[in-house]
Amino acid sequence: MGTINVSKKYTAVEKAYLPAILIGMKITMKRFIQGFLFRKSWTIMYPEKRRDYSDRFRGAHFISVDPKKTENCTACFLCETVCPAECIHIVAEERDEADNSYGVAKEKKPASFDIDLLRCCFCGFCEEACPKDAIKLSTNYEMATYSREDAIVDLDHLKRPMNGRHEKKDS
Amino acid sequence: MEYFDFLQLIAKILLVVGVCLGVVPVTVWFERRGAAWMQGRVGPNRVGPFGLLQPLADVLKFIHKEDFVPKNANKFYYYLAPLIALIAPLCALSVIPFGDKAIVGGREVVLQIAQMDSGVIFILAFAGLEVYPLILAGWASKNKYSVLGALRGSSQIVSYEISMGLSLLSMLIVYGSFNPHEMVSWQVEHFWGAVVNPFGALVFLISIFAETNRLPFDLPEGESEIVAGYHLEYGAMKFALFFMAEYIAMIMASALISTLFFGGYSLLPGMDFLVSFIASFFGFGSVGTTNVTAVFQFVSLASKVAFFMFLFVWIRWTLPRFRFDQLMDLGWKILFPLSLINLVVVTLGVYYFNR
Repeated sequence: MGTINVSKKYTAVEKAYLPAILIGMKITMKRFIQGFLFRKSWTIMYPEKRRDYSDRFRGAHFISVDPKKTENCTACFLCETVCPAECIHIVAEERDEADNSYGVAKEKKPASFDIDLLRCCFCGFCEEACPKDAIKLSTNYEMATYSREDAIVDLDHLKRPMNGRHEKKDS
Repeated sequence: MEYFDFLQLIAKILLVVGVCLGVVPVTVWFERRGAAWMQGRVGPNRVGPFGLLQPLADVLKFIHKEDFVPKNANKFYYYLAPLIALIAPLCALSVIPFGDKAIVGGREVVLQIAQMDSGVIFILAFAGLEVYPLILAGWASKNKYSVLGALRGSSQIVSYEISMGLSLLSMLIVYGSFNPHEMVSWQVEHFWGAVVNPFGALVFLISIFAETNRLPFDLPEGESEIVAGYHLEYGAMKFALFFMAEYIAMIMASALISTLFFGGYSLLPGMDFLVSFIASFFGFGSVGTTNVTAVFQFVSLASKVAFFMFLFVWIRWTLPRFRFDQLMDLGWKILFPLSLINLVVVTLGVYYFNR
């Protein structure tokens, strides 16, 4: 069998090259007129305008809170267990019985809840595993930081007020 | 030299150099903005209205950058290269006539800086000088990529100079003169050179694309292959000089091809009517009419040059870069024999018509 020759013979017009150039120039001229006269562009002015992402987009994590601003997380370690990148680190503690109005529903709470965003692969398994719908992934994709330490987010950051799955505009 | 002659010479030099250096930022802006439009992007639009001040911001950036010289570079040639790059095309511009003549204070001023009978040879000489900055820059900066770029550039420019020279020679036979002024007046009397010798015009056009290292022949720079080619080791204003030189070379090439093939400063169709209308409207005598004509001749040449500058940008964003062997094939196996045949045909044609 050997190799199959798929190259084709060029016609005289194709070999002359110039007609093809003219066709190409026609296309670029069309695009030029579209851009110049009709201001058509497929890109956006990024920092001012942002593209809308689906609610299913898996961006920066957050932990949902109840109306009293207490996190829904009960430090069950399911997310930490399922995490394939091992980027979640939870330290659990018991909630103070004196001021616990939730009773048995929230006996346990995370003393600290750290996520290393640089390790995270944004697979969303933590969100699937969570029995309390506490940890969720937002649509925020802007997670640049000045240092590696800043990329490890703690409970305070994760409990930030959210607008559904979108970041609050003013934050 | 008389005082008046000296003054008019200085004025003409200032005009040409001023227009060239003034056009460069606009071209840079257009290159970037036009590229964006052709690619469906927005392009630079933050600095000034429509991003028109972007070149100014670029220059500011260049000035503030570190004036870096590689450790093992040959300092003299390293500094010399960008200077030659800038000066050679500017010198070549001095023989391009940008108008017939103007009358100032009852004295005739020929609108051309250097009035030489061998003007075209002068241009060719300085166009040939354009290969030196490439070699000097590539060799002096002691960098492998630079040397590769310089090698590519020198072989490319030398190869395409032949077909360029041959197509130019065919036009010299048609015009029967080396003087750019006489060439233009021949074209005013008869037709544009491109009508007489369309094939020569095409070969010349392709050759000047290769001569000015513009895409699709930008192998000496070839960003994706050899980083930046011959000007890889240049930073700050030295790079800016190379950058400006590229655009001035483009202006020079555009002016050259308009002079040789597209009527040079001869008025665009419809402009002679405009000239006579303005002259009769303001009641100009013969002196005024000559001056108004000179202005419109300058505008004609400028619009022709502007068209070719646009063509440079247009082609740049249409065609991909040639491979090196394809480039050499095109230069030696296609353009060279074809321009030779064209030369013979034109010679026979001129002999037949002048018999």
